Amino acid sequence: MSFVQIVFLVTALSILIAAVRMVTTGSMVHAALWLVATLFGVAVLFVLLEAPFLAVVQVVIYIGAIAIMFIFAVMLTRREMLDKGPQLNTKKGIAAALGAVTFVGLALMLTTWEGFDSYARPMANVDTVARLGDALLSPDAYLLPFEVASVLLLAALVGSVYVSINKK
Amino acid sequence: MIPLSWYLLLSAALFSVGLFGVMARKNAVAILLGVELMLNAVNINLVAFWRYGTPLNLGGQVFAIIVFAVAAAEVAVGLGLVISVYRRRGTVIADDIDLMKW
Amino acid sequence: MQTTTIIWLIPLPPLLAFALIVLLTNRRKALSHSIAIGAALLSFIGSMVVIFRAIGLPNFGEKVFESSINWFPTGNTYFQIGVLVDPLTAVTLFFVGWTVLMIFIYSVGYHNFGQPRGDHDQKGLAPHGATLTDEHGHSHRVPSIEPMYARFFAFIGLFAFGMYTLVVSDNLLTLFVGWEIMGLCSYLLIGFWYAKPSARDAAIKAFMTTRVGDVIMLLGIAYLYWFTGTLNFRDIFNNPQLMHQLATTTAPILGLSVAGLIGLLLFIGTVGKSAQWPLHVWLPDAMEGPTPVSAMIHAATMVSAGVYLVLRVYPLITAGWEPGMPLNPTMTLIAFIGTFTAIFAATIAVTQNDIKRVLAYSTISQLGYMIAALGMGAYVAAAFHLVTHAFFKALLFLGSGSVIHGVEHGALHTGDHADPQDMFNMGGLRKKMPITFWTFLIGGLALSGFPLVTAGFWSKDEILAHAFDNTHWAIFVTLALGALLTAFYTMRQITLTFLGEPRTEAAGHAHEPSRTMTWPLIILAVFAIGIGWLGIPEGLTGGAIPNWFHEFVGGTLLEHPETLPFNPVPMLISIVVALTGLFLGWMVYRNVKAGQKDPLQVALPAFIYNTLKNKYYFDVLYTFFLLRPVWWLSETFSYLIVDKWAIDGTLHSVGFVAQWIGRSIREYFDAPFINGFIGDGSAAVTQWFGQKLKLSQPGRVQSYLVGSLAFIVVLAGIFAYFLLA
Repeated sequence: MSFVQIVFLVTALSILIAAVRMVTTGSMVHAALWLVATLFGVAVLFVLLEAPFLAVVQVVIYIGAIAIMFIFAVMLTRREMLDKGPQLNTKKGIAAALGAVTFVGLALMLTTWEGFDSYARPMANVDTVARLGDALLSPDAYLLPFEVASVLLLAALVGSVYVSINKK
Repeated sequence: MIPLSWYLLLSAALFSVGLFGVMARKNAVAILLGVELMLNAVNINLVAFWRYGTPLNLGGQVFAIIVFAVAAAEVAVGLGLVISVYRRRGTVIADDIDLMKW
Repeated sequence: MQTTTIIWLIPLPPLLAFALIVLLTNRRKALSHSIAIGAALLSFIGSMVVIFRAIGLPNFGEKVFESSINWFPTGNTYFQIGVLVDPLTAVTLFFVGWTVLMIFIYSVGYHNFGQPRGDHDQKGLAPHGATLTDEHGHSHRVPSIEPMYARFFAFIGLFAFGMYTLVVSDNLLTLFVGWEIMGLCSYLLIGFWYAKPSARDAAIKAFMTTRVGDVIMLLGIAYLYWFTGTLNFRDIFNNPQLMHQLATTTAPILGLSVAGLIGLLLFIGTVGKSAQWPLHVWLPDAMEGPTPVSAMIHAATMVSAGVYLVLRVYPLITAGWEPGMPLNPTMTLIAFIGTFTAIFAATIAVTQNDIKRVLAYSTISQLGYMIAALGMGAYVAAAFHLVTHAFFKALLFLGSGSVIHGVEHGALHTGDHADPQDMFNMGGLRKKMPITFWTFLIGGLALSGFPLVTAGFWSKDEILAHAFDNTHWAIFVTLALGALLTAFYTMRQITLTFLGEPRTEAAGHAHEPSRTMTWPLIILAVFAIGIGWLGIPEGLTGGAIPNWFHEFVGGTLLEHPETLPFNPVPMLISIVVALTGLFLGWMVYRNVKAGQKDPLQVALPAFIYNTLKNKYYFDVLYTFFLLRPVWWLSETFSYLIVDKWAIDGTLHSVGFVAQWIGRSIREYFDAPFINGFIGDGSAAVTQWFGQKLKLSQPGRVQSYLVGSLAFIVVLAGIFAYFLLA
């Protein structure tokens, strides 16, 4: 086992544990915090995958904005003391079964793919961030999806404001 | 070295957990948390495939960034909706919001 | 105006009078009777003009007045109808015109025109008198006017139309039409006082009895039309080949010749209409009608129509017979029925107490004489007796009406309620009602055949002479006996009514009726005396007075009937018989007092007297053997058994079965199965499905998600299985 593998295993384990705790905990605030843990783990994974920019973006955006937003939402919706107590509904049995089936199915499908067990080829020493920038903003690369994504964000912005505005 | 399969299995597991969370949680916000998990699993998958597939073509990462943006947008709107529903109905339990029934 | 035009117009004025009175002037009595009498007068004038012209023509008989028009198409040709005046028609028109006019005028007085309305008079009943109170407070009762005054004139107008149509028609069909119209009018007029049950019954009896004859007559008409293709008199009777064919072809029934069978069938119509035995039962009951009706219908015109028919179709009856030959079967039957009826009715007449009944049976008897004459082949004698009888019988009936009126007036005056028509309640009326007495006496003597000065003598004598000369001894003796009885009962009637002393208060206070009633009596009396002188046998006077009647009427036939050489024996016998009868009648009845029994009842054994009084029980017989079965057939069989039990029963059963089917279907199929199982059941199933299926839409997003995922998993599993396995 090389060092990288061990790091990966620990990170993977912590991600999974955090994810499971997140979906089973009784308190909503705890769930939001466990989400943060999961997201951290994913960021570490991005670093392992030699995508440092994405790791940083993950931390800044996901944890710094989205997870915070979740915490705000939890705070705003806790009039009933329903962030305590059992959080799983009546369908948990079927849901767990379906989840398991999904995992097993996906895994089985993946094993039939011949590139399943491949290893990473070494990457040339290129500046991936700059290249990412190029890719995002060059017209013959992914400029249009980028712009569309920004329009999407604008729409989401306006929409969420409109939906949740308090007209009193 | 880490075989691709580990990343793929991890992301599959994370996706399944997120799926479980979506189906089995009472609180609407918690459902959205589950959705976030699934999106993260997808992201892991995307970046893994980028690294192990075409590391010179940054398309994988771009896709992952777009997923970030979509996730953010979706969370914003979703939480806005949940808050709005909370204001109207006084509840965030998904099972109680069942007006679209028979 | 052309004669044929006049002939066409003769029947019309009375028809117009009927229409006008019925539609317009029913409420106005004076106007109605004026219209009726005016119409009768017009027809009378028309008839007289035609007769005058006819008499003026030599050989009238070969030449006749005739005119015809097309009526309805029959194959290639038309059925023609028209008018014909030959010598027989002329003499018939003479007596019909006179008697109808006299009777119309008489009716004005008979129905008390000018009198006040009665106290309790109702339409449908005879008038019953009104009470007049003068200024001193004395009240007395007077006769009241007939409530249905105008209706009477309308009916007799229609009747006159029928008779005139019958007389002037040139074919059997329009003759039958007139025949039936008179049948209808006799029903209407006999039942004139319709609220009286006996009048209603009498009207139906008259109509039904004559109907029996009419149906058979119609068969005869149909047979004749079928055989010859025409019904026109001159086309048949003046066509020697056709007559020969009719006489020689044998009919399928009874071995008679076709002519004989047709003649027999037509004769049966006469048996009904002229009240011969066995269809005589209606005529005495028909006395229920007002007396002018009795005079017109049952003396002068309607019953004469029967004899007129036989006179008309005489060539058919006598086909194949020549004078001197024995009588052919049809003639034998006719002669038998006529003779039998003559004696039969005469025997009944001697026991009747009602003044009109005596005259009714007398009519039947005298018609029998005419029919017997025709049966023997005495054409002219029968026609002659027809004419004279019309005059004196009408006179006698009108006289009896006058008597009844007088006695009723006396009854109103004194409050006596005895039957005004019973001769045993009369007596001594010659002093109170002289004109009526003398005219009635003349009529009675004419009926009896009083020698030389009465018309009846000459006509009756001719019939007897014919019987004697042709050695029909049985007929001769019977008819002579009948003449004796005729004279007897006539004198009985006159004696009881006019001679002696009044037997009741009412008779004691009777008085002469009005001029409208007495003048017709006088005029008819003149004819009753004089008309016989037209037919005096030439042999009696040695050719000094021609027998105009024989010459004239004899021309009707193709072969002029020859005059028999004059034989004094039958004339002497008829004189003896008449005078004997008259004397006996006067002798027996001159001293009958009030309340006394009929001397005849005392003299005859009870059995014989009662049989005669009850008209030989023929009415009882007919009721028992004919009417009762018919009543049973209609009331019990047709109504109760067939209609109510069988037909209604079947219908009710069908209804019951239908209802049962409906109920069963409802109970056992519709309600449980269609309603319950299919209807309610499908609803329940749908509801159950709905209840179950609604659970798949709880409205919860997570449930939808779980559901869709589960389904995808299943699908993916199947897909993987088939793809990978």
